[in-house]
Amino acid sequence: MFDRRLIKNFDWGFMALIFLIGTIGLGILYSALTAGNETISVHVLFKKQMIWMGAGFIVMMIILMIDFRDLDKINLFIYAFCVGLLISVLIFGQLGGGSRRWLLIGFVRIQPSELMKIALIISLASVYSTSISQTGLNFRKLIKPAILCAIPFVLIVNQPDLGTGLLLLLIAGSITLFVKVERKVLYIISGICLVTAPLLWSGLKTYQKSRILTFLDPDRDPLGAGYHIIQSKIAIGSGMLTGKGFLKGTQNALSFLPEHHTDFILSVLAEEWGLMGSSILLLVYFIFLLWGLNIAYNCRNMFGSILAFGITTMIFWQIFINIGMVMGLMPVVGVPLPLVSYGGSSVITNMVGFGILLNISMRNFS
Amino acid sequence: MTEFSKKQDRDWKKQRFIGASVCILFVFILLFFRLAYLQIIRGEEYRDLSKKNAVRLKSIKSSRGLIFDRNKKLLVDNRPSFNLKIVLEDAGEVKATIKKLGQFIAVPFQELMESIEQAGNGAVYNPITLKNDISRDQLAIVEAHKFDLPGIHIDIEPTRYYIYKKTAAHLLGYLGQINSKELKTEKYPNVKSGDSIGRYGIEKQFETYLQGKRGGRQVEVDSSGRIIKILRTIDPVAGFDLNLTLDLDLQQTAEKLLEDKAGAVVAIDPENGDILVLASNPSFDQNDFIGGISQKKWEALLFDPGKPMINKAIQAEYPPASTYKIITAMAALEEKHININTTAYCPGFLDYGNRIYRCWNKHGHGNISVIQAIEQSCDVFFYQAGIKVGVDKLAQYATGCGLGKKTGIVLENEKNGLIPTSAWKKKRYRESWQRGETLSIAIGQGYNLVTPLQMAVLIAAVGNGGTLYRPRIVKTIKDGHGLVIKKNEPEITGGLPASKETLDIVRNGLLKAVQGGRGTARRIRLKNIEIAGKTGTAQVYGIKKDDKRELKDLKYSLRDHAWFVCYAPAKNPVIAISVLVEHGEHGSSTAAPIARALIEQYIQLPLIKKILPE
Repeated sequence: MFDRRLIKNFDWGFMALIFLIGTIGLGILYSALTAGNETISVHVLFKKQMIWMGAGFIVMMIILMIDFRDLDKINLFIYAFCVGLLISVLIFGQLGGGSRRWLLIGFVRIQPSELMKIALIISLASVYSTSISQTGLNFRKLIKPAILCAIPFVLIVNQPDLGTGLLLLLIAGSITLFVKVERKVLYIISGICLVTAPLLWSGLKTYQKSRILTFLDPDRDPLGAGYHIIQSKIAIGSGMLTGKGFLKGTQNALSFLPEHHTDFILSVLAEEWGLMGSSILLLVYFIFLLWGLNIAYNCRNMFGSILAFGITTMIFWQIFINIGMVMGLMPVVGVPLPLVSYGGSSVITNMVGFGILLNISMRNFS
Repeated sequence: MTEFSKKQDRDWKKQRFIGASVCILFVFILLFFRLAYLQIIRGEEYRDLSKKNAVRLKSIKSSRGLIFDRNKKLLVDNRPSFNLKIVLEDAGEVKATIKKLGQFIAVPFQELMESIEQAGNGAVYNPITLKNDISRDQLAIVEAHKFDLPGIHIDIEPTRYYIYKKTAAHLLGYLGQINSKELKTEKYPNVKSGDSIGRYGIEKQFETYLQGKRGGRQVEVDSSGRIIKILRTIDPVAGFDLNLTLDLDLQQTAEKLLEDKAGAVVAIDPENGDILVLASNPSFDQNDFIGGISQKKWEALLFDPGKPMINKAIQAEYPPASTYKIITAMAALEEKHININTTAYCPGFLDYGNRIYRCWNKHGHGNISVIQAIEQSCDVFFYQAGIKVGVDKLAQYATGCGLGKKTGIVLENEKNGLIPTSAWKKKRYRESWQRGETLSIAIGQGYNLVTPLQMAVLIAAVGNGGTLYRPRIVKTIKDGHGLVIKKNEPEITGGLPASKETLDIVRNGLLKAVQGGRGTARRIRLKNIEIAGKTGTAQVYGIKKDDKRELKDLKYSLRDHAWFVCYAPAKNPVIAISVLVEHGEHGSSTAAPIARALIEQYIQLPLIKKILPE
């Protein structure tokens, strides 16, 4: 029953990369939580993150047991389950920071929008694996994927969590472009977007407009997002070439960066380890993404190939948006840095993703 | 096509993946260049800023909405206060600095350190308030020595100011600092630790309107925390202003008349339920609560036997006494047990079920009709009426008149009062209703309890022809530019359970009580204004028949409460008043004169548009 080839084909290199990023992440998190602060809660969060990572590892191992091809068969079930979670979050969800994003199950808080990303990728991979063609997808073939995206998007934006909603669209869009869309269709869709955007804009209420403008231009909110960006830039810039040294960051401490252990954690690394340290992390992430693409490329099963590409894309967008944001290149969105930012839902989701990649990689034989 | 087999397909696939890899490479190069730009090209500059920890966020307090009376007189204002603050990071040797500061402004070292300890750690860049509202002398000294006091600065912030101290204190309420528990709830998104929120009265009920929105400032500071440059500012938004229905002059008159007494006065505009006066005595100075009331002052308020922290107009419950005869008369007339001509004989007592129930007039009233019975407040007449109506029917009318339930005024802790029924007694005491108890109820003694506000709403309804209004305090809410944010329209909550004929009879009796030759309140008669009203004397302690003591010899706390409810002018009332004086003994001698003074003052004002056309 157990296939020896699974062990032989196991992607130890990729596994090592995951461990490397996880270790770097814990190191930065430790510094972010410890520097200049002696309260007990610090260690609690660090321990919690270790527990999350351990739990994530176990989830990853479980996923390795299932053949990824089975995901193709049950994709709609997974999708429906996650949509159900999203609906229940709108009804029973816990209020935090003015939106309902979390669901309390037992004593664990989960964020269904995170799991939705994986579910959507699986479903899209399943749909595209049968409809893919070298000439590109036509309108008819895009209807089903469009519906698959629209349902979770609307639910997530209603939480409201515009950032995660857009991330979902970015991931879905990247996959769609990757499997190729007819040139004609592409032009028409872009055209429609250009025409309807101003109409939609004028239909929005003033406060909605101002929320979106602040999202795009944090400087409009100099006391909130704009302030974070200034402090983050000071932290990163002040790291210079070699950094101030581990636990020596002064900006990251205390009141300057309110989110320094979650979304703004890269600024801690950049401050303490300088350009050298942060480019090493960039390089590791880059290798990681190429590795993911390689897994997708080598997979002979069309579903597996698109699925691996989708997961890699998901990781890519998180890295790009997060790092872009802390450096003032991107809007301020609550997107965590994979395996580095503190946060259980994010760790678990990414580990699930890695598990799927490893899974595809080791079953790459006929 | 689920697998690529042909070479052509494989080439196509390769091309897609190369495209994707190039995209990723491009993005990573972009990120790397941005990093290099921030860390190398602008590195020096940012390192410099970080060394000084120079860019900070300063919060700017918004000023709370103002409160005006019905004639646009300002009741509650804001004044600037000088608040002494410290930023620990800039202070160098904190203890040495604080010691020096303590000597300069003559405040004990320990007191100043306490606020720092309370702030806890984790706030080295956030200003901690050392002392709010320092005096001008202290300000001058701190300013003169500011270079000896690194990290210390003074913020000028708006602080609440109650212009008329003790006036309408229970209605307006006061502020208190928000605590950490409240900060965690998301009820006050704009409030920061150290801020004050409404704790009582209108200040609390209208917190969301009054609060306003904080502003803030990004500033660059030097090494001792002094501002060098203001980078960006967001102006605070002032809270909304409230326009009350209260009449300041009348309120002050009422409070003056209550000055050496304990009790409450409520005056209502019968045409719309507007609260003109809501006074409760003893009162307290709201200004004492700003910046935290001292333990000593708080205990003094709490243990004062006059209970100054209780709003007696809505929170204190008293037996309605003879004012309740309005209800008994109404019920008996409506249920057709009596009519305008029915008379009863009052020999000064009623023998009922082997017990003697006395009339307040031991000589008796002789043959007496319902109008005369209201005028002279004959107990025997109402004993008999009460027996015919029965306790549960009486309760039904009382409830219909708005008693035994909240009036719905927008203040906290309003009491329900109590209207007993036989079922209530069974549940409460597990005993059946005794027929004799109905007699006490009929004249407003016994289990009955009402608040002065309930009686005011009731007498206003009698005056206006039967409409019960929800008491209104806040008329309009306006923003800083005078734009109306919210308008509260008068709200009808019901109608008296009485026909026009019944009401006319009751009103006639009430008119006679003041204007009639034998009226219990005839002493307060005015020359040119007709008043209709009812006195009441609520028993606190029953004097036995063989008790030799006279009322005036009784201890203060055992003396009866005095009631007076009225409206004027009797034909077309513009004001309805309810007065309760605790242990005031006689409604006619202590409560009624207060009402008269208010009527005199209010009706002589040219304000009454109904009498003097616009």
